Amino acid sequence: MTSTPLADRTTTVAARATDLSKVYGQGETQVVALDRVTVDFRQAQFTAIMGPSGSGKSTLMHCVAGLDSFSSGSVRIGDVELGSLKDKQLTRLRRDKIGFIFQAFNLLPTLTALENITLPMDIAGRKPDKAWLDTVIQMVGLSGRLSHRPAQLSGGQQQRVAVARALASKPDIIFGDEPTGNLDSRSGAEVLGFLRNSVRELGQTVVMVTHDPVAAAYADRVIFLADGRIVDELYEPSADAVLDRMKRFDAKGRTS
Amino acid sequence: MFRTALRNVLAHKARLLMTVLAVMLGVAFVSGTLVFTNTISDAYQKSSAKGFDQVDVAIRPEGRQDTGDTIAKEPKLTGALLDKAAKVQGAETAIGVVSGFTAIADKNGKLIGDGFQSQGGNYWRTEDPRYPIVSGHAPKGEDQVLIDSKTAERAGYKVGDTVRLSIDGPVLTPKITGIFTTDDGNVAAGGSLALFDTATAQRLFHKDGSYDEIDVKAASGTGQIALRNALDEILPKDAASTITGKQLADDQARQIAEATSSMRTALLVFAGIALFVGTFIIANTFTMLVAQRTKELALLRAVGASRRQVTRSVLVEAFVVGAVAAVTGLVAGVGIGAGLRSLMGSLGGTVPDGPLVITPGTVVAALAVGILITMLAAWLPGRRAAKIPPVAAMGSVHAKTTTKSLVVRNTIGALLAGAGIATVLYATTLSSSDGQAPMGLGAVLLVIGVFVLTPLLSRPLIAAAAPLLRAFGVAGKLARQNSVRNPRRTAATASALMIGLTLITGLTVMAGSLQSAIDKMASSAIKADYVVSMANRNELSPQVEKTLRTTDGVTAISPLRNAPARIGGDTEYVTGVNGAAIGKLTDLTVDHGTFRVGGSQVVVDDETAKDHHWTAGSRFTVAYEDGRKQQLTVTGVYQSTEMMRGIMLDNATLSPHLSDPADMQVMVKMSDGATASAKSALQKALGDNPAILIQDRKDISNSIAQIFTLMLNMLYGLLAMAVIVAVLGVINTLAMSVFERSQEIGMLRAIGLDRKGIKRMVRLESLVISLFGGVLGIGLGVFFGWAAGELLGTKMATYELVLPWGRMAVFLLLAAVVGVLAALWPARRAARLNMLTAIKSE
Repeated sequence: MTSTPLADRTTTVAARATDLSKVYGQGETQVVALDRVTVDFRQAQFTAIMGPSGSGKSTLMHCVAGLDSFSSGSVRIGDVELGSLKDKQLTRLRRDKIGFIFQAFNLLPTLTALENITLPMDIAGRKPDKAWLDTVIQMVGLSGRLSHRPAQLSGGQQQRVAVARALASKPDIIFGDEPTGNLDSRSGAEVLGFLRNSVRELGQTVVMVTHDPVAAAYADRVIFLADGRIVDELYEPSADAVLDRMKRFDAKGRTS
Repeated sequence: MFRTALRNVLAHKARLLMTVLAVMLGVAFVSGTLVFTNTISDAYQKSSAKGFDQVDVAIRPEGRQDTGDTIAKEPKLTGALLDKAAKVQGAETAIGVVSGFTAIADKNGKLIGDGFQSQGGNYWRTEDPRYPIVSGHAPKGEDQVLIDSKTAERAGYKVGDTVRLSIDGPVLTPKITGIFTTDDGNVAAGGSLALFDTATAQRLFHKDGSYDEIDVKAASGTGQIALRNALDEILPKDAASTITGKQLADDQARQIAEATSSMRTALLVFAGIALFVGTFIIANTFTMLVAQRTKELALLRAVGASRRQVTRSVLVEAFVVGAVAAVTGLVAGVGIGAGLRSLMGSLGGTVPDGPLVITPGTVVAALAVGILITMLAAWLPGRRAAKIPPVAAMGSVHAKTTTKSLVVRNTIGALLAGAGIATVLYATTLSSSDGQAPMGLGAVLLVIGVFVLTPLLSRPLIAAAAPLLRAFGVAGKLARQNSVRNPRRTAATASALMIGLTLITGLTVMAGSLQSAIDKMASSAIKADYVVSMANRNELSPQVEKTLRTTDGVTAISPLRNAPARIGGDTEYVTGVNGAAIGKLTDLTVDHGTFRVGGSQVVVDDETAKDHHWTAGSRFTVAYEDGRKQQLTVTGVYQSTEMMRGIMLDNATLSPHLSDPADMQVMVKMSDGATASAKSALQKALGDNPAILIQDRKDISNSIAQIFTLMLNMLYGLLAMAVIVAVLGVINTLAMSVFERSQEIGMLRAIGLDRKGIKRMVRLESLVISLFGGVLGIGLGVFFGWAAGELLGTKMATYELVLPWGRMAVFLLLAAVVGVLAALWPARRAARLNMLTAIKSE
C-alpha cells in the first residue's frame, strides 16, 4: 500500500473547533460534555476520535458537524463559523459541505441503492457529477447492486451504500459515527478500507468516532478524549499503540 | 396480564389519543341521540298528557263510507248534541271544539311559523278551561281574537294590537283582546294558535253551527269509562264515536314515541357510520402497537404465555381504551343532547320544557357500544399478536416483519367487488320496489370489496399522482413512496374517508337528479305566470279567484277546484277548471283527442283513462256531491304531471253541485308576464295576505330546490361526523408514520433536508392518502347515485342523471383540505424531531 507522505498533503484546515464547550443542565445537575476543546481537522486527513463512553467524543463530532448546538467557543467548517448560523443555514451547510455515515446505516428503505447514494444531491436539487459518482461507486464495489433496495442488501453492503452517499456529493468533510459498530469484522474492515482510500486516493477528509482500536488504526491520526477534553493524540497509529493508550485510560479510571 | 395491559395503555397515551377521540365521537353521537330523543319524547309526552287534562271523553263524528252514486256526508256534532251530552249523568261540562288553519302575520306582514302549524280554534264561552288567559279578556265577534303567549312573545304582540290573519284567503284584521297559555302540543312544538269566539270560529272554519269534537269533563267521582258508557247511550248510532281522555293521551303518546323513534333510528344510522369509520382507526392503531411490541410480545410467549393470553392482553388494552373513550363520549353525548335542544329552540322549533332525560339504557348502550367496537376492531391485531413466534424475541433489531402477500386479499376483494357491481347492475333492471334489497346488498358488497382492494388500488392510483408530486422534488418523491409503504394502513386510512365521501357524493348525485326531474315536472307543463296557493297547501276560498279575476293585468285565470264524485261505484276526485282559460295556462301533452273543457266535455289524464279504458270520445256518468248525475264526454287524454292529473271539467258544470267549493290553487296569466310589479299587484289585490303564496315558475323551482337543499344540508351535517372521524384517522396514521420513521427523518435532517422539506414530505403524504380516499369515495358515490337513480327514477319520465361537477370538485377539494389539516400536527412534530436522538441507533 502506497501512502502519500504527510508533508505532500495540503495543510488547509477543513474544520476547526476553538475553545469548544458544551454544557448540559444547570447548577448541581450541570454536566460538562465538552470542556474548551480546541482541535483542527486538516484536509485529506483521516482522523479517529476515541475515548471511553461519556468522554464527549460523539458530542464533539455532533457539534463540529453542525448537528448539535454548543455552549461556547467556535466551530468553523472551511471559513464558515457555525455558531452564527440559523437552523436553515446549518441544514444547507450539512447538505452541501458535509457527508455523514451512521452506525445504523440509516438508508431509506423505499429508495434503491443508487437513489440513496444521490439523495443529498436530490435534496439540493443538483445533478450529481457523473464521473465522480462512477468513481465512488466503483470504489465501494456496488456497481452490480444499484437497483437493489436496502432490505435486499447485507449489512456490509448497506454501509457501503452509506459510504458512497457520504462521498457522492464531494463534501468538504465526512463524519462517521461508529461506522463499523453494527458490522462484522470483515465488512467493517472493508468499509474502513474505503474510507482510507477516499482520503488517500480521492483527497477526502474523514472524521470518525470509534471505540474500536482496530478501526482507529486505519486513521492517520487518533485523538483521545476523556471527560470532555483532548488528552492525547497519535499520528500514524497502530492498533496496538491505540489499545495501549486506551488501557491507560482504563487503569487511570480504576485507580483514580 | 391486566396490569401489563394497563401499563401499556398508560405508556402509549399519546399514540392512543386519536383512537380514543374517534371512539369518543362515535359514542357521543350515539348517547347524544339517545339523550336528545328521550328528552324531547318525554317532554312532548308530558305536555300532551297535560293537554288532555280537560278531556275525560271526546265525542267525534263517525266517518261514513260513500255508497252507490252518493258521496257520504260527514255527520255533524250539533249544538243540540252538545247540550244533551252536557246533561248526561256524570258529566260536569261539555265543550264544543272547532278548529282550522289560521295564519298569523308578524308585524312585518310575514307568516309566523312555516304555515303547517298555524292553527285556529274557538274560545269556549266566557271562560275556557283549556286556555287560561294571562292578560286581556275573551274574544267576541270577528274583530276580536286571542293568541297564545309563545306566539305573542315571538312576534312582540300585546293586548290591544291589531293583527293580520287569514283562514282561507281573505284577510282579517281583528284586535288582540287577550293572550293565553296552553299545553297544546302543536303550540309546544313551535306552532301558533289563534282563538275566536265559538260562533265566529264556526263561521270562519265553515262548520255551519257544528263542532269538530265535543270534549266532556266528568264530574268528580265519575270514571272516564263510566262517562263514556253513559254518553254512548244517548249518542245517535253511526254518527258519533266516543273515546276516553286516557286513550287519547295514550294514542298521542304512541304517535310521539313512533315519531321520535324513527328520528332516533335515522340519527343512530349516522352514528353507526361514524363508529364504523372509527373501527378503521382502532384497527390501525392496535396493528401498529402490536408491531412495535413484537419483541416484547415474543418475550411473553418465550417465557410461557399462551397465544390466548397474548390476544387477551391486547383485548384488555382495547377494553381500557374503549372504556375511557365511552365514558368521555357519554359525558360529551349528554352535552350534545342538551345542546341540540337549545339549538332547536334557537332555530325557532320550540321544544317543550322538561328535564334532560338520561336513562340507564342510554348509559348502558353508550358504554357497550364504545367498549365493544374498540374490542372488536382490536381483535384482528390481537390475533396477529398471538401469532408472533417466541423466537422473534431473539431476532435482530432490524428483523423485518414479513409482509403477508396480498394475493389472497386481492382475490377476495375482486370477487366481492365484482359480485357487488353485478348485483347493483342487476338491481337497476328491476322495478323500484323489487330492486331496493338487491341494490342495498350490492352496494354493501361493493364497498367492502373496494375496501379490501384498496391496498391494490393504492399503487396505480398513487402512481398516477407521481408527475404532480415530482414537482415537489425529493419531498414529493419520498411522500409518494411513504404512502405506499404500508399499503394496509394507507388503505384503512383512505377507506375511512372513502366511506363518508361515498355517501355524501351518492346522496348529492341522487338529490341533484331528482330535484331537476321534479323541477322539470312541476314547471314544464305550466304556462301560467303565477300559481296562487295557501302557504300550508290548504284549500283557498273561491273568493281568491274572484278577486284576482278582476285585477288589472290578469289575462287568464283558472282555479284548480277539487271535488269528490262517484264514477262507476268508486269515489274519484275531479278537478274543476276554467275551461276557456285552462288551455292558456297549461301546456299538457295530449296523447289523443283534443284538449277541450266546457259543458259536458272533459279531459282526463293517461292513467285515469287507462284505469277506465277510456279514449277520446268515451262517455261516462258522474254523480256529484249533491247526488245529481250527469253524462260527460272525454274529448282528450293528456299526460299527467306532478301538478296536473285526473279528470278536468269546467267549473260552470261542477260548481253548482258543490255546497262549499274550495280551490287547491289558482293559476294566473298576466299581460306582462311574471314581473315584480305584476306580483305586487296580485299581492295587493289579495290584501297582502300572509297565508297566501304567489309563486312564479322560478319560485316553484326555488321552493323545490329549497326542500332538497335543506335535506342535503341535514345529511351533510350528519355525515360530517364520519368525515371528522376519518380526519382523526389520517392524523393518527401520519403520527404513527412519523413516529416509526423518526430515525429516517433524523437522517434526512442530518444530510440536509430542512424543516420545510420534512413538513412538506409529511403533508404531501397526507394529501396523497386523503385524495386517494376522496377519489375512491367520489367514484363510488357517483356509481351508487347513478344506480339508485336508475332504480327510483324509472317512475319519472323527466328523470336523468345530473352530475354535480361543481359539488364533486368541492368534495375533492374537501379531501385535499382534510389532508392538509390532518398533516398540520404530525408535520410539525416531524420537523421538530430531535435529530440526534432520532439518528442514534436503538
